[in-house]
Amino acid sequence: MKFINEANITFPSNSSNESFARMSVAAFVSQLDPTVEELAEIKTMVSEAVTNCVVHAYENTIGLVRIRVQISDSRAVRITVKDTGKGIEDVETAKQPCFTTGSEDRAGMGFTIMESFSDKLRVKSAPGRGTSVIMEKKIIKRG
Amino acid sequence: MLSYSVDDDILTVFIKGELDHHTSSGLREETDKLIDRFSPIKTILDFKNVTFCDSSGIAFVLGRYKRMTAGGGILELTRLPRQVATIFDLANLGSLIRIT
Ligand SMILES: Nc1ncnc2c1ncn2[C@@H]1O[C@H](COP(=O)(O)OP(=O)(O)OP(=O)(O)O)[C@@H](O)[C@H]1O
Ligand SMILES: [Mg+2]
Repeated sequence: MKFINEANITFPSNSSNESFARMSVAAFVSQLDPTVEELAEIKTMVSEAVTNCVVHAYENTIGLVRIRVQISDSRAVRITVKDTGKGIEDVETAKQPCFTTGSEDRAGMGFTIMESFSDKLRVKSAPGRGTSVIMEKKIIKRG
Repeated sequence: MLSYSVDDDILTVFIKGELDHHTSSGLREETDKLIDRFSPIKTILDFKNVTFCDSSGIAFVLGRYKRMTAGGGILELTRLPRQVATIFDLANLGSLIRIT
């Protein structure tokens, strides 16, 4: 895949930055003239990945969340959300619908939503080292 | 982020704005306070003015569902914008909760 544009955003894992993160990515992706629905899906994917950094990766501490958004010459968007938090023991189990290690405020639906809204989802994680979630989504050309 | 009306033991909670992890804790507290105060037979969550919702919204709804049904009450959802409906569909909330 050949990337023709890229943006990088780094911020501390305060929950107030969840909305900043999804709005920023949506603003960058807007140059591809996505539909309202595509944009809503992108925002939701980012919200899920960033919230997981806030809630799970760093739990009661604050760490850095790094987002890279890349746009390819074939209108594919690749979003990488990276933390250096606690990591995931078993990624396949974590991705199952309704699986959560969180409190009753969590539904265990984050990965299911990210998977359903992206064309491709990859999770790289090492316990104690951190997690990268890489999501790709093609923005359909209109008109 | 919330207003409400009470009529004949039915509590309607009107939610406004973005429902994510950051906003959901306040919303949960306020909604539960209203449920405790009015002990409604039915609580209706109105999503008409919700502009964004992620998985935190699913847990919010499931939590209020458990709370209402534990006391023999009913929870209903109404006026879901398309983005909200899509998220709730993925969690199959409609199999558990009446959506109007
Ligand atoms: N960045 C991360 N760092 C550490 N653990 C993670 C991370 N992301 C996900 N997990 C683990 O994977 C599980 C599943 O994540 P998922 O987002 O699907 O559900 P959830 O966050 O528990 O609930 P919801 O997303 O519905 O609020 C989490 O409960 C957690 O154990
Ligand atoms: Mg999650």
